[in-house]
Amino acid sequence: MTTDTIISIRNLYKVFGKDPAKAMRLIHQGMSKDELLEKTGHVIGLNNVSLDMERHRIQVVMGLSGSGKSTLIRHINRLIVPTAGQILVDGEDVLQLNPVALRALRRFKISMVFQKFSLFPHRSVFENVGYGLETQGATKSKIKETSMRWINRVGLAGFENHYPGQLSGGMQQRVGLARALATDADILLMDEAFSALDPLIRTEMQDVLLDLQNELQKTIVFITHDLDEALRIGDNIAILRDGEIIQSDDPQNILLKPADAYIADFMKDINRARVLRVRAIMKPLEPLDEGPVVKGTTTIEEALQIFAETSGDKLIITDRQGNRIGRLTVEDMIRGMRRPTAEEIHA
Amino acid sequence: MMWSNTFPQIAESTLRTLSRAIDKGYLTFSREYGAAIEAFFEPLLYFLIGFERVLLGSPWWVIIGTIGLISYAASRSWKLVLGVVLALCLIGVFGMWENTMRTMAMILVCTLLSILIGIPIGIFMSRSGRGQKIILPILDVMQTMPSFVYLIPVVMLLGIGRVPGLIAVVIYAIPPVIRLTNLGIRLVEKDALEAAEAFGASRLQKLLKVQLPLALPTIMAGINQTIMMALAMVVIASMIGVRGLGQPVLQAVTNQYFALGLFNGTAVVVLAIIFDRVTQRFGLRLQKHREGAR
Repeated sequence: MTTDTIISIRNLYKVFGKDPAKAMRLIHQGMSKDELLEKTGHVIGLNNVSLDMERHRIQVVMGLSGSGKSTLIRHINRLIVPTAGQILVDGEDVLQLNPVALRALRRFKISMVFQKFSLFPHRSVFENVGYGLETQGATKSKIKETSMRWINRVGLAGFENHYPGQLSGGMQQRVGLARALATDADILLMDEAFSALDPLIRTEMQDVLLDLQNELQKTIVFITHDLDEALRIGDNIAILRDGEIIQSDDPQNILLKPADAYIADFMKDINRARVLRVRAIMKPLEPLDEGPVVKGTTTIEEALQIFAETSGDKLIITDRQGNRIGRLTVEDMIRGMRRPTAEEIHA
Repeated sequence: MMWSNTFPQIAESTLRTLSRAIDKGYLTFSREYGAAIEAFFEPLLYFLIGFERVLLGSPWWVIIGTIGLISYAASRSWKLVLGVVLALCLIGVFGMWENTMRTMAMILVCTLLSILIGIPIGIFMSRSGRGQKIILPILDVMQTMPSFVYLIPVVMLLGIGRVPGLIAVVIYAIPPVIRLTNLGIRLVEKDALEAAEAFGASRLQKLLKVQLPLALPTIMAGINQTIMMALAMVVIASMIGVRGLGQPVLQAVTNQYFALGLFNGTAVVVLAIIFDRVTQRFGLRLQKHREGAR
């Protein structure tokens, strides 16, 4: 797979305070974050963040509250202007856009789903979903056709004349999702989109999203504080702490090789069998290996189930095209479950 | 006399000279520009007179029917329509039909004018912190300054009649619609605005499709208050020659006709109730999205 970067964030800084430019100079002179806060009262929201995001992939940005993740995502469509740094979307510097070009970017190229849904309470579901198209200046018939298609697609058929206040949280976020998808933008920004939903609905919405992504192949930037969610949907995960990215990697690699103790600590409560995939821990194939064939994306939990149901001692792993690429025994799986020790992390 | 016993005021003669200078200055100003300003307000006068003629010229049952229909369109409530029709009939029976029509014309024109001027000012205020800082104290003055005081310069400038009355009523009645338009827009949830922004809405699109619709209930409350204040001002405006229900009330005060005052005062109250109920119901109906909300 060739890397095709669609969003590129370079050396991004966001400083909150009275005189961010002055604070920026101090940072470049090497003043630390704590010193800056103490001496000048400025807070660093984002500290030298660089991140490349691949087209058609789900990029998760994960961090606890206050880590700067919501600030980061708002830089991509310039809802927030950085203190320093560069943001390229399809090679175009977002910070150099004039107001008209910026509006065009937001209308046609990037759409957004919000944590608290942020629907328009005075507009019906239909009018909410059609909002982006209306802003684009689409014709009435196109708005009608497209909105109805998306309302049906997210499972809200029959609710088009309801108002957001009459819907449950899960349904409201379906409206939010349909509203964002209706503009047919390439990039979808999702700011803790499912965090306000209860666990069962959250899983359901993740399924809806993954299902849609299979079909639509958008570039999705997904913000979350929930590691389970991040591991479940992310093609790549960037972990943010105090405004800095401390690890950005394939989810399986983060599980197997956390960059530091903070991340390892994060993953203490994770059910590894449910998130670790056989592809990440498989061994090279040997010529005589035979056994049940499973896909590389199978989780350990599912693989153990297959072992329990069949009599073999090996699994054959295949890639997306169905080529045999590796094998796995029960012992491999048990070893894979082991958490990295503190020494391994620091090495 | 000790300075501590009486307030050390400026000399009587100085004060007199000062007042005289102000009066004279204003008089010169009004002589110079009075005609021009009057000409400026002329279209307003024609509009008001035309409106009055329509109300007075049409048969009473056409008027009552029209008002009933408007009430229904605004409220969708037959009960309210029935109340409105009955109240208007009672006013007619007690011989106050013509004066009521004159007052109604006045109120409607004043309200229309207040809305046309007030909402744009309110929108401007909501967008500019500095604008708000400047306009708010002016509104405070407009609302607290005894209305008689600003009747004087208006009369000096434009003489006695409908237009100065109209101006006085608008000055008195416009603050609520300005204040509540400003407040309503400022209270619109930041979330909805951010969403509009994220979808690339321009300033005008944000105003027309998000801010104004969401502020509408508040703005309607402002319009309602403006109508009520305009009605309250009608009696005072009758002192400078505005015809209508105010005049008999004024007559009643000066001649101690209790019953006359009571009848016409009640007619003003009835008008107020009609306007209030109809506009409030209309405002409520604009918020249909809040029905059944959790």
